Amino acid sequence: MRAFVRAALEDPAAGLGPVDVVEAATGFDALRLLPRGPYQLVISDINMPHINGLELVRFIRQSDQHRETRVLLISTQASERDRERGLSLGADGYLPKPFTPEELWSAVGQHLPSDAPAQRRDG
Amino acid sequence: MVEMTDKAREEFFSEAQEIVEAFSRNLLSLDASQRKGHPDPELINEAFRAVHTLKGLAGLFGATRLGSLSHRLEDLLDALRLGRVELTLDVLDVLFTSVTVFTRLLEAEQAGEVEPPAALRDLLEAIQAISSEQKKRGGLAATYDLDPGMLAVLTEYEEHRLRVNIENNVNLYRLRVRFELSSIDKELESTKDKAREFGEIITYLPTGEASSADSIELDLLMASPADYATVAAALAGDNAILEEIPRRQVGGASASEGGEGDELAVSEDGLEADRLDEDGQNIERTGSLRSITQTVRVDIRKLDHLMNVVGELSIVGNTLAQLSERVRAEGSRQVAMELHRLQRNYARRLTEIQDGILEMRMVPLGQVFERLARAVRQMSRELGKEIRLVITGAETEIDKLIVEELSDPLMHMIRNAIDHGIEPVEEREAVGKPAAGTIALNAYQKGNHVMLEVEDDGRGIDEAALIRRAVSFGAVDKGAAAELTREEILSLVFLPGVSTRQEVGDLSGRGVGMDVVKTNIAKLGGVIDLHSEAGIGTKVTITLPITLAIVRSLLVQCGPQVFAVPLSTVSEALTFDGTGTRQVEGREVMTLRGSTLPLCRLADLLMIPEYPRPAREFVVVTTMGDRRLGLIVDYLVGQQDIVIKPLGASLGSVRGFAGASELGDQRVGLVLDTAAIIEEVLTPTEMRRHEVRHG
Repeated sequence: MRAFVRAALEDPAAGLGPVDVVEAATGFDALRLLPRGPYQLVISDINMPHINGLELVRFIRQSDQHRETRVLLISTQASERDRERGLSLGADGYLPKPFTPEELWSAVGQHLPSDAPAQRRDG
Repeated sequence: MVEMTDKAREEFFSEAQEIVEAFSRNLLSLDASQRKGHPDPELINEAFRAVHTLKGLAGLFGATRLGSLSHRLEDLLDALRLGRVELTLDVLDVLFTSVTVFTRLLEAEQAGEVEPPAALRDLLEAIQAISSEQKKRGGLAATYDLDPGMLAVLTEYEEHRLRVNIENNVNLYRLRVRFELSSIDKELESTKDKAREFGEIITYLPTGEASSADSIELDLLMASPADYATVAAALAGDNAILEEIPRRQVGGASASEGGEGDELAVSEDGLEADRLDEDGQNIERTGSLRSITQTVRVDIRKLDHLMNVVGELSIVGNTLAQLSERVRAEGSRQVAMELHRLQRNYARRLTEIQDGILEMRMVPLGQVFERLARAVRQMSRELGKEIRLVITGAETEIDKLIVEELSDPLMHMIRNAIDHGIEPVEEREAVGKPAAGTIALNAYQKGNHVMLEVEDDGRGIDEAALIRRAVSFGAVDKGAAAELTREEILSLVFLPGVSTRQEVGDLSGRGVGMDVVKTNIAKLGGVIDLHSEAGIGTKVTITLPITLAIVRSLLVQCGPQVFAVPLSTVSEALTFDGTGTRQVEGREVMTLRGSTLPLCRLADLLMIPEYPRPAREFVVVTTMGDRRLGLIVDYLVGQQDIVIKPLGASLGSVRGFAGASELGDQRVGLVLDTAAIIEEVLTPTEMRRHEVRHG
């Protein structure tokens, strides 16, 4: 999944320009990598081992340094409840899996601040 | 996704196959834990992950039918793991069926079949039927004073685990722990391991407080039946503070529907808070570029090729040895010594390579045993017979190619055991046997052979019925039948068309089985023996060579020709001067250390035209299972490792030869199929005639 997202974002057809994609293997990895930011956008799955996507959103929203970072959550269609929770915790967007590169581009375009190279991380 | 290369396709199939096998193993454990009344949540998780990975794989390779089945199955497993669907034996039946269908789909995919297998539709319907019965989860009274902030970030799965734990009335703890970012993985693992002994960690929430650049504070929500002191002693420390989450006074607390965070949707799941999702598996699989296991998947044909090369090299080595002999004979001592040393060194290294390759081809029999365990479960459910399968020696290793060929014969024997051997429950209880029938599957290594036993505690083979059947088939005549020994009677089972049962069994079908089983085992260079006691049970023993790739052989000469006899079937060789033999039942025999050894002149057996025989000959004592035969030959030529090449289509059906091989000095020799020869010579004439007729 991470490889898929990376490939889609780096695809010139995405129209995102040059992107710098940083991958995190787990929620912990994400916590480790966050201070090396700033990042324009974090893309995270909800279901991850240990720290889940909801916890990551809460952490980002409560943190002084990362509060402004945008978060796009992804998860399976079935988990309506998790989607609602994510959004109420302060995620900026939600993309149900499975999705096509086009759907990803559109969601990312919507949540990416217009300036600067895009960056992402994903659990 | 992209154009698939052949290599990628092969990778796909072997990986998919592996996942399906892991899934199947997992279901067997789940089945066992379900029967004990406590389906292990982690096993359901593993099954979920396996199917999830399979789905991803199928998507990547455009295998749509495989993908859609995985998808539906994943949904079902998700519902199981979230507690929306209860894991019953019927649900397990469907899951087990899916293993069979997956295998079938993979075969169809590999063969490029367009038509979906019929079983697929039925299975999808069955999955649909179960999935549509999902329970609505009720809310739970808020019995613990949980932090709403923590509840708000639980995923549905975590919530479910929390709920399950609360229902079990365990204690809930919050462990606030600080990890150094640099060593978090290690520390986390150690915390998890310690926690696992006491209960389940449901979630890990970063507190956001006091986090610095190099450390992070987490709240672990943990459920455990143990009391505070016990858990604290194990987990609390300098960097970890344990708090028990107090229970609320039950009464007023309202149930919550598990929608928003304030309700009490605490679920626990301490054991492994792996959340799985589309990516769950990917995370683990790609989390690090380093592979977790130090293994490489290799196509067996590549190993075959290497083995052939080694075979050729060993021929070069033999030539080198002969050359070195000649140089010595012709006088140049210095060169001869150098050459000799070189040749010795070469031979030693070659042996190392050979051993290495052989080892690579070895796989544990457990692979095939798992498939059998699944089949046993299914059959016992279908027939309503309770079966206990006891497996020993699953770690015994044998050549990959042999393993592949073993599953069908073993499956057939097990079917026979369940269908014909194990009695119905009432019948068993009437004779004082436990209601559950036992089938033992044993494997062990014995010298250069692997022994496999399938043993049941059923009613045994009905010898009288067997004889009647064989007579009615014309396999033996009545008179001869009366003189058969017990062993010979039992071996009637292996004749084509003979079955002890008149009606066709649901499982084992018509009586076309054991003869085919026997032929297939013989193709692998193995033999099959059968023992049965009326009322006590039946035991089938299969003796197989460990490998088919390289055969250490004894070269013997008969007249002008050299033959190779696989050394694994040779127990000894002695000189023979023609004296001390006698005739028993029309066969030449001799006495060897007190026991009778049947003899056979190889030249006569192979109908080699008359030639002057040497005064002193040799007897090569060959054994297969518990049968022995002395082959009389002219000379012993020596030992050699040979790679057996098949004889080709036109000669392939000639009995008595396993193939041909190069023998070093550019000559080609035939390799004797000792099992077939022993069979041919020692089988009573009556029965052999029959076989030839049918055969």
